[in-house]
Amino acid sequence: MASITSDEVRQTALLARLALTDDEVARLTLELSHLLGYIEQLTALDTAGVEPMTHAVPMDCPLRLDTPAPSLAADDALAAAPRRADDYFEVPKIIEAGS
Amino acid sequence: MTATKWEAVIGLECHVQLATETKAFSASASIYGAPPNSCTDPTVLGLPGALPVVNRRQIELALTLGLATGSTLRRRSRFSRKHYFYPDLPKGYQISQFDEPLCEHGTVEFVVDGVPRSVRLTRIHLEEDAGKNLHRAKRSLVDLNRAGVPLVEIVSEPELRSAEEAGEYMRTLRQLVRWLGISDGNMEEGSLRCDANVSLRPVGATTLGTKAELKNINSFKFVERAIEHEIARQTAILDAGGRVVQESRLWDADAGTSHAMRSKEEAHDYRYLPDPDLPPLVIDEEWIDRARAALPELPTARRQRLVAEYGLTVADARVLTEERALADWFEAAARAHGDGKRVSNWVQSELLRELNRDARTIDACPIRPEALAALLRLIDDGTISGKIAKEVFTKMYASGDAPGVIVEREGLVQVTDTSAIETAARAAIDANPKQAEQYRAGKTQMIGFFVGQVMKATGGKANPAAVNEVLARLLGA
Repeated sequence: MASITSDEVRQTALLARLALTDDEVARLTLELSHLLGYIEQLTALDTAGVEPMTHAVPMDCPLRLDTPAPSLAADDALAAAPRRADDYFEVPKIIEAGS
Repeated sequence: MTATKWEAVIGLECHVQLATETKAFSASASIYGAPPNSCTDPTVLGLPGALPVVNRRQIELALTLGLATGSTLRRRSRFSRKHYFYPDLPKGYQISQFDEPLCEHGTVEFVVDGVPRSVRLTRIHLEEDAGKNLHRAKRSLVDLNRAGVPLVEIVSEPELRSAEEAGEYMRTLRQLVRWLGISDGNMEEGSLRCDANVSLRPVGATTLGTKAELKNINSFKFVERAIEHEIARQTAILDAGGRVVQESRLWDADAGTSHAMRSKEEAHDYRYLPDPDLPPLVIDEEWIDRARAALPELPTARRQRLVAEYGLTVADARVLTEERALADWFEAAARAHGDGKRVSNWVQSELLRELNRDARTIDACPIRPEALAALLRLIDDGTISGKIAKEVFTKMYASGDAPGVIVEREGLVQVTDTSAIETAARAAIDANPKQAEQYRAGKTQMIGFFVGQVMKATGGKANPAAVNEVLARLLGA
């Protein structure tokens, strides 16, 4: 059976900015291992010569003309922002590299 | 211990903003300098339920660049999600082409110190831009106008060997994207940005040394300086027996130096996956054929043709092909007049001087190419002298009037009427008996003095050849 280590779960959570308790890590490690085991069953199939499918519905990419539509008003764009300063989103200070 | 000689190995990643009206995946306008957060929509903001739809124009522009660089065009390419968290990236991922880019294996040709060089391109892929951050004392501000603006990333093979080559490559790339009309290539406004991968290796070695990535080279002035600085930095480390650390370094143009960026261990785990919202992008042959048919004559071919067709020097052709509109202007004037070499001289000396003084581009030139041809014809048929023509040219530039109109209005028609010249010549000789005596005593260069007097008397309008002839006759008598 496929398995995932608790360290891999912690790393994945870090990448997704999820703060997990030790209990959650333990539970997720188990659940994800089950999921991976299920996925692994698919690898038993011979897929040589089968084109990889990235979309359930076979279709070409729809394209749009380069014609502008109205943008949101700044007030609407900023409506859900936790903080704003004038017409900007305000966020905690970004520590730029090196400083 | 013998000192090792180092060779620099440089590859550039250039981001070019495509000249579209709207964003890459939604119809919000793409306008530089708009008020903050006035060019967004639910897709740009990554609001739940919003779906991306590909802007067709960006594909056309990228195809144009792919064809112009002789790239292999992928008939079926794919958009992926590149995941990372940053305040200027509302969705938490950037849509970017990863494992199936639109263009691969292109070439860019340029000239360094008169020697032709060619650099291969690994790939040209489409991606969307992020927003813009402004840093205040305690907080940062985010403007998402630029988020979702279409870019192409042009990745070169590590085949550049000096800062100078890298600079020339960049200039050539900028000229090309402007020539093709796919971007304004404006570095000050961020339409063209560049990261440089720099490493050193012993001369003759074939393996690559450890590289540092120079970020944030956003001005032409600094491309070469930043790379030179990095080569010097790595040389000092290696000469001292140290090791170069693989890292990203931020170029600080004000300080003229770079510093290491804070390393983020997880930074390179972008967890790319095919974007489930965007089916594969399929380009059919018909589309490629149309793009190929619309491709303008490229700068190198144009230069060669200008040399062959108009007898220009390579240096002349280089100046005239700096911008496509300038080459068009020149050719229109050259065809209208017939003597390309002379038209080229006038464009380079008179026209470009006026335009440069006013910081104008050829598109804003008040003189039409046919008007320059008409001006040169006025010289050809003896209506005005070359000297007067330059004055007329200045007035054409200032007023936009036709040369014939200016010559007429200002009474600049050249005096070829011998009797009028003779009258002025006699007056000059009578007024300056001493100089006339010197001439007759054998000091024949005094004729220049009399030519000057006659020109002054006729307001520069006398035909110089006729003046010389008349003076020689009268003084010799």
